[in-house]
Amino acid sequence: MSKDGVKRSVVEKKASVQRNLETLGVKFYKEIEQGVFPWVEMKSRSIDNIFYSPEFRQYILGNKTVRRSARVISHLRPFTQMVWTAYFVHDLLQQRKTSTLRDVYYSAQAYDIAFQDQAESDNIITDLETVVESPRESFNVYPEERSAVFGDLTIQYTVPGYENRRTNLSSHPDGMMIGPALTESQFIETSADKVIVIEKGAMFTRFVEENVHKKFNAILIYTAGQAPRSTRYFIRRLNQELGLPTYIFSDADPWGMHIAMVIISGSANAAHLRELTTPDAKWAGVWATDIVNYKLPSEQLNEIDIKRLKELKSDPRYTGGLWQREIDTFVELKRKCELEAFSRYGLTHIVDKYLPERLKELG
Amino acid sequence: MSSNGKEVPRISETFQEISPADFFYRNREIAGFTNPARAIFTAIRELVENSLDATEPMGILPDIYIRLTLDGQNETAETYTLRVMDNGSGIPAHQMPLALGQFLFSSKYKLKQARGTFGLGGTMTILYGQITTNKPVMVFSSTGTSRIVEYRLMIDIQRNKPIILDRKIHVNPQRGNERWHGTIIELHLEGSYGQASSKVLEYLKQTAIVNPYANITFIDPKGRFYKFERTVTEIPRPPKETEPHPHGVDVETIQRIIRATNARNMRDFMKNNFHRVGDKTAAEFLKVAGIPEKANPKRLRPEEIVALVQKMREYKGFLPPDASCLSSLGEDLLRAGVLKELEPEFVAVKRRDPSTYSGHPFIVEAAIAYGGKVPAKDEVLLYRFANKIPLVYDESGDVCWKIVRSINWRRYNVSPNMPVAVLIHLCSTKIPYKTVGKEILSDQAEVSREILNAIREVARELAMYLSRKERVRRQVRRLNVFARYLPKIAEFSAKLSGVEKPPETDRLYRSQVVFKDFATTNEFTESEPFDSRLYKTVLVHIINKHETNAVNIKVVGLTGSYLTELIPESTLTSGSEIYETLRGNFKQVKVLAKSSKPDKEGLIDAYIDGVGE
Repeated sequence: MSKDGVKRSVVEKKASVQRNLETLGVKFYKEIEQGVFPWVEMKSRSIDNIFYSPEFRQYILGNKTVRRSARVISHLRPFTQMVWTAYFVHDLLQQRKTSTLRDVYYSAQAYDIAFQDQAESDNIITDLETVVESPRESFNVYPEERSAVFGDLTIQYTVPGYENRRTNLSSHPDGMMIGPALTESQFIETSADKVIVIEKGAMFTRFVEENVHKKFNAILIYTAGQAPRSTRYFIRRLNQELGLPTYIFSDADPWGMHIAMVIISGSANAAHLRELTTPDAKWAGVWATDIVNYKLPSEQLNEIDIKRLKELKSDPRYTGGLWQREIDTFVELKRKCELEAFSRYGLTHIVDKYLPERLKELG
Repeated sequence: MSSNGKEVPRISETFQEISPADFFYRNREIAGFTNPARAIFTAIRELVENSLDATEPMGILPDIYIRLTLDGQNETAETYTLRVMDNGSGIPAHQMPLALGQFLFSSKYKLKQARGTFGLGGTMTILYGQITTNKPVMVFSSTGTSRIVEYRLMIDIQRNKPIILDRKIHVNPQRGNERWHGTIIELHLEGSYGQASSKVLEYLKQTAIVNPYANITFIDPKGRFYKFERTVTEIPRPPKETEPHPHGVDVETIQRIIRATNARNMRDFMKNNFHRVGDKTAAEFLKVAGIPEKANPKRLRPEEIVALVQKMREYKGFLPPDASCLSSLGEDLLRAGVLKELEPEFVAVKRRDPSTYSGHPFIVEAAIAYGGKVPAKDEVLLYRFANKIPLVYDESGDVCWKIVRSINWRRYNVSPNMPVAVLIHLCSTKIPYKTVGKEILSDQAEVSREILNAIREVARELAMYLSRKERVRRQVRRLNVFARYLPKIAEFSAKLSGVEKPPETDRLYRSQVVFKDFATTNEFTESEPFDSRLYKTVLVHIINKHETNAVNIKVVGLTGSYLTELIPESTLTSGSEIYETLRGNFKQVKVLAKSSKPDKEGLIDAYIDGVGE
């Protein structure tokens, strides 16, 4: 994709969302004038309408729809909240400001719209995503949590005040926070040929110190546990716009598997969105089999771990040789371990031995 | 000579004619004076019934005032003074001694629904007072002339004659165009109020139910004041006197008719003296009975009279009695009485068509009351009335009780411990009492059937009300939810679409306050109308904000000049609310409200909401 293409797509995307919201407002306005209770129809997010699609390699929504109408007393409150939220985020887009879920919850109070708690306002944001068929980041609602990126990638900002300024993502050794500015930036150029995603902070720092980005021509991403949405969005962009293969390293346990899976296939909660997954990304370790092969110090799986493994065994996303093999190995081994376990064999063991072997294995 | 040879002693007894007064003196239980408590109850009841008979049939709205005071107490008994005053037609001066001091039986055979035990209750009460205290009765009366006559009387029991101890004339002052008319009776009697008080009050309250046009005031020996106020000013049409029906006469009655009649032949005899028997029916009957038309009734032999009665009973061609000799309460008055004294949330009434048993016409009226101030007991509460007199004793022996018990109330959405009261009123020219004590009805097939059907009809209405209430309760949402949210939807839709002025939401939803802090009066007041043309659904919400007083409300829908009652007259007790969806399309909807009890103003708010769609 051309660089201009990126800018256009980001800007266009937001403009199109803005227009969608205005159309919605006009629709409701006309309905009220004509004596019709305003209504909206959107895809149903209930369990019976969520399916795993092998084609898209993520959970998607089926064809069932739900209708919300201001005529129905039980819909009135969420409907009103949604109209206000549409107005609020439209305003954000117009003013080119960003906000977070928590911020939305508090802002509502200034307009005398009452959300009982943040959970209620979070739900309305998700409803709006479903109606507009676009992630909340496209109407400027970003998560609070930030993860970090480090590597040789030059980006150009598109956010207000920084237009056309450029920076390289290896300029700050601690890594740079992935927020709205980076998520919407234009990718200018890079020498990397892969993306390495790391769950734990200590490992990320280790990789930076050991110059992994140079040795392996990689862009490093630190997720800080479960990757926040904007990070997942960013990873997808790196994979799709720059064509960079993506390798995910997590702890060797069910939760690590899940972190990788969410980056790859998304979550059931986001079944209504398509831009948050990187289906071609690979879980590169630490695998259960690595515990054996690399003789890593490990811990026993507890009851919750085992229960979780049982659930994963029948989860449609976990079909495929690697997943099933590793789930079975975990169950048989009854042990788990962390990324840091490699330090048993020296601080640089993971970079010197494990990383090259694994990357070679996965091609 | 006896078998052992001795003479059998002769016992000679002296027989003498017994006067009616003497008869009742010896058999006072027949008239209800069985024990001290019962005596007080009966005395009050008899005098109150007399007062009602002196007012209502004359078209006078009854004002009855009763005072019972304790005179004294000895080891055996308590003595009371009972004073009853009414505004009735009064007793003409020359008739007063005989009317009260002599037991008079009517020789009339004509029929008319009447209150009272034998029609002699007043005299019986006076007699009872006399025999227990040996004190005279004092009577004041005026028929509205310039004189009020006062008598002090006692009864010569053996001779059945009044003894006049004193007679005074007072001036009856003119007040405006009128002079007082009515009767005051004051007598002394032995009795026990303590044990009778609950029955007396129950009796007065039930009398107030079934005579809602009467004002009744009672002051008890402790000085406590009870007032039962009228809420209506209509009086039921008085019964007409009619001839007896051929199925309902016996040999004695026929003989009296024969003595009294002018008819010289049987055809005229039948035609002139029996209820709904005309020329044609008379002819046909006589033909079927094999009695010659030209025979002279006065020459009938005793065995022929017996045969005649038999044939009359068997003949199926007589028209059934009509109800002109009956005076039922009517559905409106019964409803008014129940609303007044029981203050329920819901009441249904039904007057059955007239029917007959054994040739006697009768009408059953039933009412059912639910909620509000009706107390909740294990079983349904039962009120029984006969010829507008409450039956207060011996409920469990009454056929009404048997019938109420036999009904499966769950079929009508009534479960135990729900506040439900059933009222049965039976009027007839001959009430089928079970015992001489006259507090319980016996089981006559036709009567029982009518009672059962009447109860079923009103119970069905209650069942519908209860199920509708449940549905409304489940569906109820305060419609001001629309008022809260629709304007916001309009505001933000406008902002979102870049239009400055938000759209009007009136076509979607409108709420109108039709009464606010409104003080109700004795008459129905109409609220301002709600224009309901734009709205498919209309809801009405009425709240009684008064601390103690109840209100009666109605909701009507208007289309042109055509008016439909959407919510029939219902009582809202203090603090309660009605919230209902109205059915049907109307141009306008209005709420009407009035105080439940006269001069006890209520305080209400009422809202009508319309929702488009």
